[in-house]
Amino acid sequence: MEIIKIGMADLGWAKAPDRLRTTGLGSCVGVVLYDALAKIAGMAHVMLPDSSLAKSSQAAAIGKYADTAIPELIRQMQQAGAAPHRMTAKLAGGAQMFSFMAGNDTLRIGPRNVEACRSVLTQARIPIVAEETGGNCGRTIEMDAETGILHIRTVNQGVKEV
Amino acid sequence: MVDFYKKIGDFQLDVLREVGNIGAGHAATALAKLLQREVDMKVPLVKILSFDEIADFVGGAETVVVTVFLRVEGDCPGNMFFIIDEMSAHNLLTQLLGVEAGEWSGQLSEMELSTLLEIGNILVGSYLSSLADFTGLNLQPSVPSLAIDMAGAILSYGLIELGRQGDVALTIDTAFFEGSEEVKGHFFLIPDPETFYKLFSSLGVPLDGNY
Repeated sequence: MEIIKIGMADLGWAKAPDRLRTTGLGSCVGVVLYDALAKIAGMAHVMLPDSSLAKSSQAAAIGKYADTAIPELIRQMQQAGAAPHRMTAKLAGGAQMFSFMAGNDTLRIGPRNVEACRSVLTQARIPIVAEETGGNCGRTIEMDAETGILHIRTVNQGVKEV
Repeated sequence: MVDFYKKIGDFQLDVLREVGNIGAGHAATALAKLLQREVDMKVPLVKILSFDEIADFVGGAETVVVTVFLRVEGDCPGNMFFIIDEMSAHNLLTQLLGVEAGEWSGQLSEMELSTLLEIGNILVGSYLSSLADFTGLNLQPSVPSLAIDMAGAILSYGLIELGRQGDVALTIDTAFFEGSEEVKGHFFLIPDPETFYKLFSSLGVPLDGNY
């Protein structure tokens, strides 16, 4: 078994028995897709809700935005042998690490990321079967491509499986 | 923005190192006064880092850190972090509040949390005010906020704005430590990219090549 690390603003997929892992999700959202029949899992570490927020073409990394990362993840998983109609999604992250800027739109980014991911998944007709979002804690997630179980670790609540 | 970072040569990096030196030097002095002990600091590290590398500086994305964060507005907008590890926070509180060093339980009381926030506020405030004096720029810190969580989750907050412009951040990182290393941590300043033009011009540093 190999654990494939997904960095910030990155995406990737794995076949059973491998796992996917991304660490320290704060306001970023970890989007996990799974095809249980093909046992292929995909993960994206989304940083911003929409690619229209990019201020320059150099900032246009596909994995950074919900609206570009999720379709690209679906495409790559499809190439690997997964079928979009069998995929289910799980979301984790989108926290509000610092409470005082709740009023500032740029910094209310966590909830906006979660909303954007939901709407892109709805458009792609992929059901969200589990969600562990919001709050004010950082999360590390690990996706098991064998079982489809997502392990979510937080500092204060230990590990949770969804 | 990538083009902009290419304009930063050794001379400009030296200037930014001096910025870190002055800011953190004042903050370290303030900390030394609070603790009534000697506080040393290392030469500031000024680097252009990819987002994933930033958390490695404080021990990795999953390391639990105590952080006071504030946003700087005004002439030179950016994000400022004061970061210490949990043990340092505990030692700091023990020394400042004069309570007996008990077992570290991982949980902090309201009183302890607000003390840490205030310490962070004082130190970051002295960092920024010395920087404002030095550059003549108008720097307005936001209300500070405290978080104790994974370093990756916390630092990524300071990168969101930068993420809209590129995949790298220029960070000015100054590590400090109290004589016996009971209290150690970092001051992290991540200026917004546009900021550098104003910062450099306020200091009379050209931004078109090496000098």
